[in-house]
Amino acid sequence: MDGAVPLFRMEGISKRYGGVRALEKAELSVTPGSIHAILGENGAGKSTLIKVMAGVVAPDEGRMMLDGSEVTFASPAAANQAGIVCIFQELSLVPELSVADNIVISDPPKRFGMIDRKAQRRIAEEALARAGASDIHPLALVKDLPLSRRQMVEIAKALARKPRILILDEATSALTAADVARVFAVLKRLRSEGLALLYISHRMNEIAELADQCTVFRNGRNVASYAAGTKSDNEVVELMIGREYSHIFPPKPARAAAAATPALEARSLSWTDRLHDVSLSVGAGEVVGLGGLDGQGQRELLLAFFGVLRGLSGQILIDGRPVAIASPAAARDDRIGMALIPEDRKTEGLMLPMTVRENLSFAALDRLSRAGIIDRAAEQRLIDDMVGLLAIKTAGLDIPVGALSGGNQQKVVIAKWLMRQPRIILLNDPTRGIDVGTKQELYQLMRKLADQGAAILFYSTDYDELIGCCDRVLVLYDGAVKRELVGAEITERALIASALNIHEEMPKQGADA
Amino acid sequence: MKDWRYWLAEQRGTLLAFGIFVVMFVIYTSNHPAGFTANVVQTASNKGVLLAFVAMAQTLVVITAGIDLSVGMIFTLTNCLASWLVVGTGIETAFGVLAVLGTGLLCGAINGAIVIYGRLQPIVATIATGAVYFGIALLLRPFPGGSVNEGLADALTGRLFGFVPASLVTLLAVVLVVWVPFSRSVLGRAAYAAGSSEMAAYMSGVPIRRGKFAAYALAGLLAAIGGLFLTFFTYTGDAAYASGNAYTLFSIAAVVLGGVSLFGGKGSAIGAIFGALAFRTIGDLLFVFDFDPLWQPLFQGVILLIAVSLGAFALFRVRNRLEWFL
Repeated sequence: MDGAVPLFRMEGISKRYGGVRALEKAELSVTPGSIHAILGENGAGKSTLIKVMAGVVAPDEGRMMLDGSEVTFASPAAANQAGIVCIFQELSLVPELSVADNIVISDPPKRFGMIDRKAQRRIAEEALARAGASDIHPLALVKDLPLSRRQMVEIAKALARKPRILILDEATSALTAADVARVFAVLKRLRSEGLALLYISHRMNEIAELADQCTVFRNGRNVASYAAGTKSDNEVVELMIGREYSHIFPPKPARAAAAATPALEARSLSWTDRLHDVSLSVGAGEVVGLGGLDGQGQRELLLAFFGVLRGLSGQILIDGRPVAIASPAAARDDRIGMALIPEDRKTEGLMLPMTVRENLSFAALDRLSRAGIIDRAAEQRLIDDMVGLLAIKTAGLDIPVGALSGGNQQKVVIAKWLMRQPRIILLNDPTRGIDVGTKQELYQLMRKLADQGAAILFYSTDYDELIGCCDRVLVLYDGAVKRELVGAEITERALIASALNIHEEMPKQGADA
Repeated sequence: MKDWRYWLAEQRGTLLAFGIFVVMFVIYTSNHPAGFTANVVQTASNKGVLLAFVAMAQTLVVITAGIDLSVGMIFTLTNCLASWLVVGTGIETAFGVLAVLGTGLLCGAINGAIVIYGRLQPIVATIATGAVYFGIALLLRPFPGGSVNEGLADALTGRLFGFVPASLVTLLAVVLVVWVPFSRSVLGRAAYAAGSSEMAAYMSGVPIRRGKFAAYALAGLLAAIGGLFLTFFTYTGDAAYASGNAYTLFSIAAVVLGGVSLFGGKGSAIGAIFGALAFRTIGDLLFVFDFDPLWQPLFQGVILLIAVSLGAFALFRVRNRLEWFL
C-alpha cells in the first residue's frame, strides 16, 4: 500500500450471528482515488463487512474511522449522510415508483415544502447520464424495467447521492456485457475524481481490469492485502482456501457402476436469464452436490425440478421417462416421488404457529387419510417412526414448531418429507444456521437415505459439506454447469477455482453463454 | 416513449374510473325524467361527496399497504359530534368545525400510532378502534337528533352561481389543500414507498414511519370532513352502526374501482373519488330504470367483482410460482 492517507478505516471489527461468527477482528482501509477489490468465498464475511460499513448491521466490537475521527452508523441513512453509499446485491429500489422518484428518494429536492418535480427530473437525468444509462426514461416505473436496467438505476441512484465512498456488491452480476463496459468507464472516471470505491465481485477478469488494491477475506478475517496484479489467480485461490475442518462426515461408498437409467435427469433446462442449458443426472443411491458461488442459479434449478417455475424450456426425465411437472403437488406425487427441503424453513418449510404433529403430517396427509378422514392411528405410528429416526428433540408433539431450536425445526422439515418416502430428494442449503451436532446427524441421514436407494441433489454454500458428502459435484456459474468434479477431484481448491470460473487444470470449455 | 405515455400509464386507473363514472352518469341523466339539470347534479353531488371523502381517507391508508376499517366509524363519530358543536354564532360554529376536524385527525393519529409504533396489524387495530369510536358516537347520540348551523349547511350543500354544486367545490378544495400537497411531499412519497417495498424504502433512508403516520392521521381528517358533510346534509347526528359499516366497506370498493392497489404503493385519491362517484351512481341507475331497490346490493357486488378481476390479470405473467404468494 502506498503512503496515501486512508479516508476510511475499520479496526478490529467483529460480528456474530447467534453462534456463527461472521467477522473476527477484521481490518480494512480505503484510500481516495482508488478501487479496492474484496475477495473471498461464500461466508467469508464480505457481505457482513459492507453491511457494517453501510450502517445496516451494528458490529459487536471494533471501531470505524472516517477522516481520522471515530464514527458509528445507526442506520443506512446515517452512513449515507457521511458519504458512504452502497449498491446492494438485493436491489433497494421501490418498484411502484418511477426511476426519477427512486433516484432522489433519500433526499428529494423541495420547493415550498413539496417535492420539486422539475428539479427531480433534472437530477435524475444527470445521474442517469453519469451512470451511462441515458436510455432509461426517468418517468418509467422501476417494476417495468428488466433487471439489468434496474441495476443501472441503482448505480445512478448511488451517484446522485454524491458519495465519497461507493461500495459495489456484485453490482455487475445482472448486467449485460455492454452495460458492464459502460459501468467500468464510469467507475474509472469516479476514481479519477477522487472517490474511494470498494468493489466486491467474484469475476476475476473484472477485478484484474479495475482494481488497484485487493483484500482477501477468509473465515471473517482479512488474510491478505496486496496491490492488484501482483498475484496470479492460483495464488489468490490459495489465499481463499484453508477453512477449518470441523465436521465429521460418514464414509462414502466405493463408486458402483452407474445405473443404466438415472432416477432424475435434466436435459438443456433454461429459464429466463437465470438458467442456461443445464443438463445433469442423478442416479439412485447417489449424492450429487451443486456448488458454486451463491446465486448462480442453484436455487432456480431446484425450483425448476419441483414444478415451481413457469416457462421452463428443456426436458426433465424421471427413471428415463420424460415428465411434465406442473406444480409441487405433482412433483411429490408417487409417480415422481420428489421432495424439496427448502432453503428458508421459516417461510417455505414450516407453518411456525402450528404444532409439530400438524407440520409433520402435512405433506403426507393424502396417504394417511381415507375419503378425506385422517387415520389418526396411522399418523401417530408414522410420526413416532420419524421422531425416532431423526432424533427430533421436542417437549411434545403438540407444541408449536416455532418453539423448537433451528436444528430441530430443520429436522421436522426433513421428516415431513421423508414420511412420503421420496425417491428423489432435493436439498436447498439445508444446514444454514443450524448447529454442528445436527449438521452431522443430517450428513449421516443423507448417506443412509442414499444407501436405501434415494437419489439426492444437494445444494450447499458450504464447500466443506460438498467435499464431505457428495459423490459428484456440479459447479454452477451464471446459470450454467461449468464443471463436474467426481470423487477425489472434489477438493476445496477445485471447488473455489471453478466457482470463480478459473480454468486452472481444465482445458477451457466452450460453454460460455 | 414520450412523457405523456408514461403519464397515461400512471393515470390509467384514475382515467378508467373517470370513464366508468362519466358513462354511468350520462346514462343516468339522459334517462332521468328531469334530465341534466342543476337540481339533479346537485343531489347526485351531495350524495356522492360523502363517499368520496371517506374513499379519499381509505386511499391514504391503502397506499401504505394497510387498510383502515375504522373510517366509517370516524365518519359516524364526527357526524354525532358536529350535531352538538357546529351550532350557534359564526365564531362558535367555526370552533365547532375545528373541533370536529381535530377529533378526526386525532382518531386517525391513534390508528397510526397503534399500527406503526405498536406494530399491530392494520385490520385488527382499526376494527378495535372503530368499535371504540362508534361506542363514543353512541354515547354522544343514543338517539338521532341534534342540529347544525343551517346557514352554513345550506351554503355548502347548495349551489354556487345557480348551477355549480357547492359540495363539489368543497371536494375540489379538499383535494387541493390535503391530497395534492400530501402526494407531492416527502412524507407522501414515503407512504407510497413503504407500501410498495418497505425494505427497499428503509434501505434508502426514507422516513417510513412518519410517512405512514401522516397517511393514517390525514385519513382521519378526511373521514371527519365526510362526517361534517353528512351533518350538513341531514341536519342531525345519528350513531347508525349499519351506515358506518357500509361506508367503510363502500370506501374499499371505491378505492379498488378507482385503481388503487390493495397491495399498496399505487393509485391516487382522485381515482378513488371517481370510484366513489361511480359506485354511488349504480344506485341512481337502478332508480331511473325502475328496478326494485332490492337489486342494488347485487349490482354493486357484480360491478365490484368485475373491477377487482381486472387487477388480477398480472398474475398470469408470473414465471416463478412462489411470487404468487409475495
